[in-house]
Amino acid sequence: MKLQGENISFKYPSSKEYIIKDLNISLKSNEIKGIVGDSGCGKSTLCKILSGYNKSEGKITIDGIENNAKNKFNPIQLIFQHPELTMNPKWKMKDILFESWDVDSELIEEFGIQKSWLNRWPNELSGGELQRFSVLRALSPKTKFLICDEITTMLDAVTQVQIWDLVTKIAKDRNIGLLVVSHDKALVERICDDVIYFDEINQSNLKEL
Amino acid sequence: MQEKLLEVSNISISFLQYSAGLRQSNLKVISDLTLDISSGEIVAVLGSSGSGKSLLAHSILGILPSNASLSGKMTYLGKDLNQKRKEKIRGDEIALIPQSVNYLDPLMKVSNQVIGECENEEDKKSKLLKQREIFEKYGLSKEVDDMYPFQLSGGMARRVLVSTALISNPKLVIADEPTPGLDEKSVEETLNHLRQMAQDNVGVLLITHDIDAALSVADKIAIFYAGYVIEIANVEDFSGNGENLIHPYTKALYNALPQTDFKLTTGHQPLHGELPPGCPYFERCDNPTEKCSNNLPILTEISDKKVRCYRANEFKNNNVAIKEESSDELHHTDEIGSFEELNYSEKLDYIEEKDSSKEAGV
Repeated sequence: MKLQGENISFKYPSSKEYIIKDLNISLKSNEIKGIVGDSGCGKSTLCKILSGYNKSEGKITIDGIENNAKNKFNPIQLIFQHPELTMNPKWKMKDILFESWDVDSELIEEFGIQKSWLNRWPNELSGGELQRFSVLRALSPKTKFLICDEITTMLDAVTQVQIWDLVTKIAKDRNIGLLVVSHDKALVERICDDVIYFDEINQSNLKEL
Repeated sequence: MQEKLLEVSNISISFLQYSAGLRQSNLKVISDLTLDISSGEIVAVLGSSGSGKSLLAHSILGILPSNASLSGKMTYLGKDLNQKRKEKIRGDEIALIPQSVNYLDPLMKVSNQVIGECENEEDKKSKLLKQREIFEKYGLSKEVDDMYPFQLSGGMARRVLVSTALISNPKLVIADEPTPGLDEKSVEETLNHLRQMAQDNVGVLLITHDIDAALSVADKIAIFYAGYVIEIANVEDFSGNGENLIHPYTKALYNALPQTDFKLTTGHQPLHGELPPGCPYFERCDNPTEKCSNNLPILTEISDKKVRCYRANEFKNNNVAIKEESSDELHHTDEIGSFEELNYSEKLDYIEEKDSSKEAGV
């Protein structure tokens, strides 16, 4: 399968200036691709566009068919930087986890999630532990592409390795296309087969305007 | 000349919480923390987010919330630092660079915020002169004086916060997570400000979770693990394969960086309130002794460093026989990294094996 973004351009409705201009990007199944760029250059915006949260000019297609996420499971899943902001504080972890799909217990174990954590509230877990839940939650069998937007930025180096080890292993196993977005060049170059330097491409496109 | 500014010895901070109904429980967040800072020195406290590092800053300034209790001893310039003295010298001799630019008052002009309260007109004049001088030093032009915070860029707002800390000629500056959310250039700029302060003989306590930032400016680095300081290392030790680092967690942390080995270490940091009776790193340690499971090691001095580990001396001389790891755990290490960890006889075996395979190849 191939996720393709063609001529993506984006500006906020209130402003005239484009943030992203004429960007082309493609991601195949079983591919690990990275995007590097400074903070504030529009990486997160691009992530939201690709996964269908933000509307933009241009086309987002999977195998040539436009991705319409309404009323069905979105095959392009997005994981955010702050897991604590994406979880309902009034729900226990098991409710949060099983809301998305019927996670099997083998996978829960593989993720290093202890059974006792399932009965806790989100505020009783650390950032690294929560991030494991948010990765697992996104990994439904229907997920074909996974976009990771700075998912380990707030974590320490040891936890960072643990999370990436899990994500890359699962992506390879399930034939998922993985897009790793981060400002940390060393990290992205370490994980990915192919790295896009967002700033350079986007800036040159913006200058042409 | 370097003089000891602040000495913190064996402080613990715990919170009184209501658990079920009216039952109360004590949650220990920082345990047995020992640290000292001299003038002109940058000491970084490195720990993951939510590990209670900011509470250290708050305890030094005496602004802990009312349900927190603090035990242990702090001395400032050789004299006991109690709550009364903290209240007196905070803002003057000890200044804080806060975590976020949201600490600026949105309805107040920047220059007025920096100089703070003034006793009379003369005082105000002299303070404004001083503020101009500092702004000049940080490249903030005259127009900035009359701006409101919303008119500043992120980097400028940072510089204003730094100026706020410097206006009172502090001897000790506490920088609480000054870098997250900034792009590379602004991070570099903020760190340069800290360097400059240290050159002006100010002691700096840098609280951060960004290991790169800490390595690039600090003289000493204190590593936080589950509320304990487990090692205070010199910044030069974070080089090569980390062979000069002593504590196994510090080594794991260094080797997990994408710039080094990106090596996988399993296990989790224990949560507050679930600390084991012995060493906090016991469950993840490759070479624990029986003693480690039940007795908490104390922070002991080894040459010029401090380490909290019973086997520190052995780890230091690298003569601990490392257990044979399964290939699964090793898949992130490159050949050289794992070679360094072998003991002497294993190294010999390895070399012999290599040689023989070479000969066979020829």
